[in-house]
Amino acid sequence: MSAQPAYTTNEIMTVAAARLLKNGAVCFVGIGLPSTAANLARLTHAPDIVLIYESGPIGAKPPVLPLSIGDGNLAETADTVVSTPEIFRYWLQGGRVDVGFLGAAQIDRFANINTTVIGDYSKPSTRLPGAGGAPEIASCAHEVVLVLKQTTRAFVKTLDFVTSVGHLDGGDARKRLGLPGKGPVAVVTDLCIMEPDEITKELTVMQLHPGVSREQVTKATAWEVKFAGILQETPVPTRTELETLRDLERRTQIAHGNIVVA
Amino acid sequence: MAEITSLREAIAALVRDGDIVAMEGFTHLIPFAAGHEVIRQGRKQLILVRMTPDVIYDQLIGAGCAKKLIFSWGGNPGVGSLHRLRDAVERDWPAPLEIQEHGHGDLSNAYVAGAAKLPFAVIRAYAGSDLPKHNDKIKFIQCPFTGENLAAVPAINPDVTIIHAQKADRKGNVLLWGILGVQKEAVLAAKKVIVTVEEIVDDLKAWPNACILPGWTVSAVCCVHGGAFPSYAHGYYERDNRFYQAWDAISRERDSFQNWIKTHILDTEDFAAFRRVLAESSAAGVQR
Repeated sequence: MSAQPAYTTNEIMTVAAARLLKNGAVCFVGIGLPSTAANLARLTHAPDIVLIYESGPIGAKPPVLPLSIGDGNLAETADTVVSTPEIFRYWLQGGRVDVGFLGAAQIDRFANINTTVIGDYSKPSTRLPGAGGAPEIASCAHEVVLVLKQTTRAFVKTLDFVTSVGHLDGGDARKRLGLPGKGPVAVVTDLCIMEPDEITKELTVMQLHPGVSREQVTKATAWEVKFAGILQETPVPTRTELETLRDLERRTQIAHGNIVVA
Repeated sequence: MAEITSLREAIAALVRDGDIVAMEGFTHLIPFAAGHEVIRQGRKQLILVRMTPDVIYDQLIGAGCAKKLIFSWGGNPGVGSLHRLRDAVERDWPAPLEIQEHGHGDLSNAYVAGAAKLPFAVIRAYAGSDLPKHNDKIKFIQCPFTGENLAAVPAINPDVTIIHAQKADRKGNVLLWGILGVQKEAVLAAKKVIVTVEEIVDDLKAWPNACILPGWTVSAVCCVHGGAFPSYAHGYYERDNRFYQAWDAISRERDSFQNWIKTHILDTEDFAAFRRVLAESSAAGVQR
């Protein structure tokens, strides 16, 4: 019997997020963790996934992970590259995106997210980068998947600022607001996977990563987090998933460390 | 008709204190050389517009050129925060900076409305978001046909739009390709337009659907080799990721930032001289 492959909490988060993406899905990808997971999906079980980046590439197949959202390898490997307003008008707002795949600095129990400020808006203690494409992605993608590390600083009772709407105050709030997409369907962290409750839309822990306890999740969440009656365990990353992810990250490091200035 | 001129002359003639200035380029073709020249010529009180105010606007804001920023995502891509932007917003240094904050969808379409000379752009977003509470330029309107509630933002019409592109011909027709961002819209929305290019050629050899800005839509074309450095110009050079990483340390403290701006921009004659000084200081840094 071969030993279970050893992996980090970051790796299982990325692998668990990648597994949620179906082959052939049209996926609007944020930079960072979402981009890593989406490319892992493309290189493993979902070779026909369509990756859209907000800078304009549609069907990008980057050989290494992009450092910025407009890296040249996205354009070179894309099926087509359109302008930024077109990406938002025809492709996202036009209802052609199955999954919006995003990160966040803060999230609340209804999967609303903050990427704008910590503290007061006019005198913030920390000024974050801001909205980017997230408000439109959160509104218009058919579904949204969020990926972020679980800490009490990130999983907060009340957001300092609602940048992009998840399920607002729960229930049928999205429908009442007239938002076309279903909103967040999963939140993948380094500890677990949460999904919104069918009726209340409050995030509920459905699946724990191997070796993670309920207490760990409770401690890393600033609200009283709910758990499903029957908790699943995330299958450990396969050798193929781990090797593909590590190889991708290694190639990325080499490529970004060896850029030659013209 | 575009005038082919030096960057120094173009900035001197076309950018005024207090102007609304848009420098666009979505991580690709960012007009760094032009941004430096604006700093060098000491423009003040600018209203800067840009979807992704990365290192180029961090430099302009820290150098005291701006009074207001209209933007949708402000970070150092792949690295972290913009320290000069944060210092201005969080601690009013070197001066208070008013911000008007959007998302990419509405800001890019505000340029589209500007190019079309329509008063506003319409998008489906922001229901439930806090952004409209802090930006009175995001409002909600009802569709006269379906009754749907939609967000509206006013058109952006810059006094001057500045972009970098790969090529121009001798009549000032401009060709760009790769990631196009919002440059065409920002150009057509503006009253005056400056384009820096990698090279000026006899024949653009462009295919029929290429992204061309006819010379008569552009005020000035300036040939600046490497003018998008440290961002990239598709087909010419790659992004210098190490500069973006180095910027984090340079910009973190006011002193180190000011020294850098003085040595590399204020005390250099033009972008070519900046590149020489930067190469020398980088080599010295490596030896240490």
